Amino acid sequence: MSRVISTIKTFALWELLRGLGVTLRNFFRKPVTIHYPEEKTPQSHRFRGLHALRRYPNGEERCIACKLCEAVCPALAITIESDVSEDGTRRTTRYDIDLFKCIYCGFCEEACPVDAIVETRIHEYHFEKPGENIMTKDKLLAVGDRYDAMISADKAADAPYR
Amino acid sequence: MDAIVQYFVDAWNALPPLLQYLTVVTTKILVVTVGVILCVAFSTYFERKVIGHMQGRIGPNRVGPLGLGQPFADVIKLLIKEIVVPTASNRFLFVIAPLLTLIPALATWAVMPLHPGFTIADINAGLLYVLALTSMGVYGVILAGWATNSKYAFLGAMRSAAQIVAYEIAMGFALVGVLMAGGSLNLGDIVAKQAGGFSQWFLLPLFPLFIVYWISGVAETNRAPFDVAEGESEIVAGFHVEYSGVAFALFFLAEYANMVLISGLTAIFFLGGWASPFEGWTFLDGTFLAFLAAPNFLWLFAKIAFFMYSFFWFRATFPRYRYDQIMRLGWKVFIPVTIVWIAVEGVLAWLKIGPWAA
Repeated sequence: MSRVISTIKTFALWELLRGLGVTLRNFFRKPVTIHYPEEKTPQSHRFRGLHALRRYPNGEERCIACKLCEAVCPALAITIESDVSEDGTRRTTRYDIDLFKCIYCGFCEEACPVDAIVETRIHEYHFEKPGENIMTKDKLLAVGDRYDAMISADKAADAPYR
Repeated sequence: MDAIVQYFVDAWNALPPLLQYLTVVTTKILVVTVGVILCVAFSTYFERKVIGHMQGRIGPNRVGPLGLGQPFADVIKLLIKEIVVPTASNRFLFVIAPLLTLIPALATWAVMPLHPGFTIADINAGLLYVLALTSMGVYGVILAGWATNSKYAFLGAMRSAAQIVAYEIAMGFALVGVLMAGGSLNLGDIVAKQAGGFSQWFLLPLFPLFIVYWISGVAETNRAPFDVAEGESEIVAGFHVEYSGVAFALFFLAEYANMVLISGLTAIFFLGGWASPFEGWTFLDGTFLAFLAAPNFLWLFAKIAFFMYSFFWFRATFPRYRYDQIMRLGWKVFIPVTIVWIAVEGVLAWLKIGPWAA
């Protein structure tokens, strides 16, 4: 009996029609695509993207050249050289992050005692020439200056959980 | 204004009859060919859209409004690419093979009844012409596979040839059933016989043959789920593996032209071609829906569109058949089914049931 039923089902293309039904149902469902450049997925304030060096509100660099970030960096992407500055404080003379080596783990940010190095939520950047992958101190400070409001807001949002 | 019209009418009448005839026929051919090629271009677009939506995506939407410029972008891209001819290939056959697949697919449209009274060549042996030309397409595939001188292309051509030959038989037998029901080899007469609404279509008395013809048609055009001829995982792209640029575009065009053709033939043989399904619904007369009951080219177009959609639908749904299963389906299932149904049809005709009632 079951053989008869299965033969009838085979000739009625039963399984195939059921498969077609599945695709037809999906055809009328709304696509899940996000039109990327126009639409974007929601982003956490903890997103780890491009790095930035921050300043205090009076314009003074936060970084005190303690080299904890350099030490903790698992990819050895950070290179720091330091010296005594004109006002007698300890400052970096060189602060390079190689973005090709960086794995965006965020350890530098965690290690920093003065919240100087941070990872912003900027993730749409590119390099056009060899060497541009090295983020120098000037470039990092420029990013920090430019996105200061966003970085401060993200840090404030994350503060209750620390 | 009238003078200008009169001038052209006079100029036309002054032409010798042969020239007039040639002009009319050439215009008809141009209209049909351009129409088919436009259909082909946009069916590539709709294929990507339909399959995209079935997979929860949206498909092409960047070129022009709704991505409608995509086919033209694709064509321009293929036109400006280089045609690479492999050193070890047979140059002449390599170049001529894409044409041999495309030309039969377009030439078959000559006998297609597109609108009541509109056929480029209203020949009596139309069905035989269709069978002959749809079988021609396999030469292009075999020659392409052989001329390329690559084992992948050759394997693809062998697979494709065996498959097309196998399904050709089932298709031919299915058409014998249509021939018995229609009582004519002329496609226009076959369509005319199906006039008078949905119940008169050959779809109902010949339902098994319709299924066999349609599935054979899918196999014949080497489309999913019967696309082993270009099985990516085994033989890269099959017979057109070494083709690039315009030569590849011609194969692509031929594949889609064949799809439109098979859709059109299925519509003509089983769904009444340009006949309306609502013919004979007298209560439509006088209302704004009266146009629905009239036989029209648009009905044929709608039926072709439905079958084209089914092509894409199958591709989005079914996994590829194994090669021996394809052969088993063709030889051991379809051919017996068609033969049995031709016998059933004989009995029906003897008892004067269905299309033989009169």
